[in-house]
Amino acid sequence: MEPILEIQHLSISFHQYEKGFVQRELPVIRDLSLTLEPGEVTGVLGVSGSGKSLLAHALLDLLPYNSRREGTILFQGEPLTSQRIRKLRGKEIVLVPQGVTYLDPLMKVGPQLRKGRRDRGAREKVRSALARYGLKEAAADLYPFQLSGGMARRVLMASAVMDSPRLVIADEPTPGLDAKAASRLLGHFRELAAEGAAVLFITHDLELALAVAHRVAVFYAGETVEIARASDFPEGRLRHPFTQALWDALPQGAFRAIPGAQPYSGEVKEGCPFLARCPHPGNGCGQGELSLVPWNEGMVRCLYPHGEVMA
Amino acid sequence: MKRVNRRFSTLLFLGIAAALLGAVTLAGICLKDAALVTDFSRKDLPPCQGFLFGTDWMGRDMFARTLAGLSLSIRVGLLTAGISACVALVLGVLSAAFGGWVDALISWWIDLVMGTPHILLVILLSIACGKGFTGVVVGVALSHWTSLARVIRGEVLQLKTAPYLLAAEKLGVSRWNRVKLHLLPHLLPQFLTGLILLFPHAILHEASVTFLGFGLSSEQPAVGVILSESMRYLTTGKWWLALFPGAALVLVVVLFALLGERVRLLLDPGSVHE
Amino acid sequence: MTLEGKDITFAYGKGAPVLDRVNISLSSGERVGLWAPSGRGKTTLCRLLAGYERPRKGQVLLEGRPLFPHEGPCPVQMVWQHPETVLDPLLPLGRSLEETGPADPGLLEQLHIRKEWLRRFPGELSGGELQRFCLARALQPATRFLLCDEITAMLDLVTQAQIWDFLLREAERRSLGLLVVSHSQPLLDRVCTRKISLKE
Repeated sequence: MEPILEIQHLSISFHQYEKGFVQRELPVIRDLSLTLEPGEVTGVLGVSGSGKSLLAHALLDLLPYNSRREGTILFQGEPLTSQRIRKLRGKEIVLVPQGVTYLDPLMKVGPQLRKGRRDRGAREKVRSALARYGLKEAAADLYPFQLSGGMARRVLMASAVMDSPRLVIADEPTPGLDAKAASRLLGHFRELAAEGAAVLFITHDLELALAVAHRVAVFYAGETVEIARASDFPEGRLRHPFTQALWDALPQGAFRAIPGAQPYSGEVKEGCPFLARCPHPGNGCGQGELSLVPWNEGMVRCLYPHGEVMA
Repeated sequence: MKRVNRRFSTLLFLGIAAALLGAVTLAGICLKDAALVTDFSRKDLPPCQGFLFGTDWMGRDMFARTLAGLSLSIRVGLLTAGISACVALVLGVLSAAFGGWVDALISWWIDLVMGTPHILLVILLSIACGKGFTGVVVGVALSHWTSLARVIRGEVLQLKTAPYLLAAEKLGVSRWNRVKLHLLPHLLPQFLTGLILLFPHAILHEASVTFLGFGLSSEQPAVGVILSESMRYLTTGKWWLALFPGAALVLVVVLFALLGERVRLLLDPGSVHE
Repeated sequence: MTLEGKDITFAYGKGAPVLDRVNISLSSGERVGLWAPSGRGKTTLCRLLAGYERPRKGQVLLEGRPLFPHEGPCPVQMVWQHPETVLDPLLPLGRSLEETGPADPGLLEQLHIRKEWLRRFPGELSGGELQRFCLARALQPATRFLLCDEITAMLDLVTQAQIWDFLLREAERRSLGLLVVSHSQPLLDRVCTRKISLKE
């Protein structure tokens, strides 16, 4: 089957003033490659501020004025240009945002979901989209402030599925949700995938990612260091030492921390950005650019994945 | 391709504009005496090589008079805008910081001043203070602070609920330190932009009241005086008497307005990295 | 030492009460986990105990005496989910840290706060790094109780483990009372000595 989205060597950088007149180019995402298949939920796991939200913004053409995008993005085989995004977003490419603040506070739910259309078909669509998430028709007549937290999330889901999307992007859709509410929401994403859409699930929470995603791409210092199947985690088949460190730091697991902190993207000029914290560094880790290579049915950016020497 | 460094070009513009205004001010002070020299042998000359802006009915050099007038205007503008901005800062902060009846009183006062026609208020204040230099300064300074005070009040009201201010209070940071470290630095961009944008208003109003005869006295080479005197000679075809001083005044005002706009762009986070 | 919230009732504006006659008590050396579904006033309870809000009814007591109004450094400090909101964006972090007196170099070392970060502004550091500053600031000498409102919810697991490793040792050493709010049951099971939940 043809993949829905192919991201090839995507880099996003910002230009900023450092001090006085000195401008610098600040890389935030470097060399990101990811393929989204229909029917699959892909988790993107990164710390807050690591630029993972920028991936969503790039796909929706919402990057800020001082940013630059390099690399190719193909949507259903064709390049995704700004013009094409503007035509597709809200219809075939949709965003499920973080919370109720993304709704217009002065507009009732119904008209907001109809996006200005007034015909009978649009009304019918709103009704069925709301019904799908257990909301009554009366919900369309409420203002966002009248919605409870749970209802607001269901409205946001409903707004995403209005036009049977091909690509669903969820950017931290569950902040502060308790386990029960979160699992209900995650179920909705699995459901959308089962209907043939590709779901990109962006989060900093490993447990959430593992609960919903089939595959997880792990960000470290602006690079994808590993793309693993969710089942690789409990089965101990992880490839990159950072992914392993994340797994070992789970409170229900070892709750063990490795020392040090993530460098900023671009701070490490050469070699592996994880080198300073790596438990098994080897020859050549400090030089050149490492690339993402297939390894053991996944992808990894490491010369010695799983502590072994790469063939 | 090398992108244009917007911050550099903006600062360059700011530097040039400030230098130009400074030069006009200084030149005006130096030419003060020259502006008063009368010589009837050269009266009513149209612009020529010796007298770029021509001479008037008393043979005074209009170029020197224009520069001296602008210089006076700029100095009056600086003084009045400075006083106005400080009044606005103090009242705005007090109003928001204390709330209650202080806020009600200051807000009522702002509404009162804003509700009175501007030029009328300047004239009344100027007359009450005996016209002349003091009259103009008091009149303009005490009528221009209102909108900036409102902006600052709103800003402080918003800052007051900022989590970092509340947290500092719980950590035991003293009230004065909280104002100094967490409040004033955040007001600086609004204050600076407001201050610079007050200049053109102050200068125009100074010129207007003087033109109407309620401001600076007629022996001073103020732009307002020059313009009002030249009115009498315009009908006799002596266009240069009003055109050059008027155009120069507009130029200075536009320069100040652009200056304020650029400073805002430079300090505004929405455009700071352009 | 004991911190107590007694019959606390609170509502925002004219809305329905967020908290209705809630009782909670926390002693030195204790680590109490607070759990509740979203929107049940966990954060509000912390804000009340730390004095950011006043209860409509009821009292916050320290050693049996009303704690608020309180002048000077408060013995009950709160650490927030979003550290970037409680640090002045225009102030270098070193100065934010030292507004309440010189920082303890040993504390900074244990929190792995690098020297060069002190000159940086909040916008230039990541959430995990900022949270270390907030902890260092909240752990000033006068502090006896620390209210941790989802302090690692926005951080990656490795940073979370680092921060809790430090905090557990520091709480032990100074015999601090900790109130830990989190949506993650495993985390509460791991770090707390007892758990309570807010009912409707």
